[in-house]
Amino acid sequence: MAQNMTADAAHAHDEHHESPVVFGFWLYLMTDCIIFGTLFAVFAVLRDQFAGGPTGHEVFELSGVGIETAILLFSSITYGFGMIAAHENKVSTMRTWLGVTFLLGLGFLFMEIREFSHMIAEGNGPDRSAFLSAFFTLVGTHGLHVTCGLLWMAVLLFQTAGKTELNERMIGKLTCLSLFWHFLDIVWICVFTFVYLMGVL
Amino acid sequence: MADHISSSGEGHGSVGSYVTGFVLAVILTVAAFGLVMSHAMSPSATGGAIALLAVVQIVVHLIYFLHMNGSSEQRWNVMAFTFTVLSVLVLVAGTMFIMHDTSINMMSR
Repeated sequence: MAQNMTADAAHAHDEHHESPVVFGFWLYLMTDCIIFGTLFAVFAVLRDQFAGGPTGHEVFELSGVGIETAILLFSSITYGFGMIAAHENKVSTMRTWLGVTFLLGLGFLFMEIREFSHMIAEGNGPDRSAFLSAFFTLVGTHGLHVTCGLLWMAVLLFQTAGKTELNERMIGKLTCLSLFWHFLDIVWICVFTFVYLMGVL
Repeated sequence: MADHISSSGEGHGSVGSYVTGFVLAVILTVAAFGLVMSHAMSPSATGGAIALLAVVQIVVHLIYFLHMNGSSEQRWNVMAFTFTVLSVLVLVAGTMFIMHDTSINMMSR
């Protein structure tokens, strides 16, 4: 199957249609959208079920959320610059931008884990109330996706090490991860708006 | 701003388009955080405003980062996306409506 793909890619050289791999990955992202839609629906239903526990006002730190948002936004544009370099076949420039993106993603994950462990240490873990269960499930699922994206990025950095040019297949892999990474940023827009900002209104 | 390099099928932007998208995204994000932190409007008005800002920012990301457009090579991507958005809207709005109704009729709150 993979061989078919490369043959196809080599065949359609002027490249007016998109690679089937990228379209297939796009369809996967759409199903991921449904997962997040479901989790947002759950959160919307349970967001005021505090069970005597803390409200959003008491547990959310907006300054931390602002920094997390800035980090993710920066990582989107650095990955974009990496893709531009990849299309120009500048492998080392692409790897530098990917490395920067990786570090930014790691910073985001670090802040999120710190926030979660802080909340759990104060007794406001997912077992405290339905609101917190829904919160941890939704934001934790996003964090899990970011973790997978980082693992994937590390693999691609490893695979392109020492390469002087990128073949069609590698460009396809980089494109899929780029869609994944930008998609996670879109999910984060919904998280900071509907979970954090609306939680402290 | 046009993509002058056409090596791969997936549309990809230029430095200029990424920077444009980034600047717009920063403005929209700062506006949303600013509205909430400054308490400039009533809570319900603020909620509506930041929801609107989020929708605009999602569109900005789709155009400048995910390179969605009306071209023919994007047709199936856009179609799949439209169907997904519709499904998610039905899912979220339907869930909220049904659960709200249930809690009123069962007097569980």
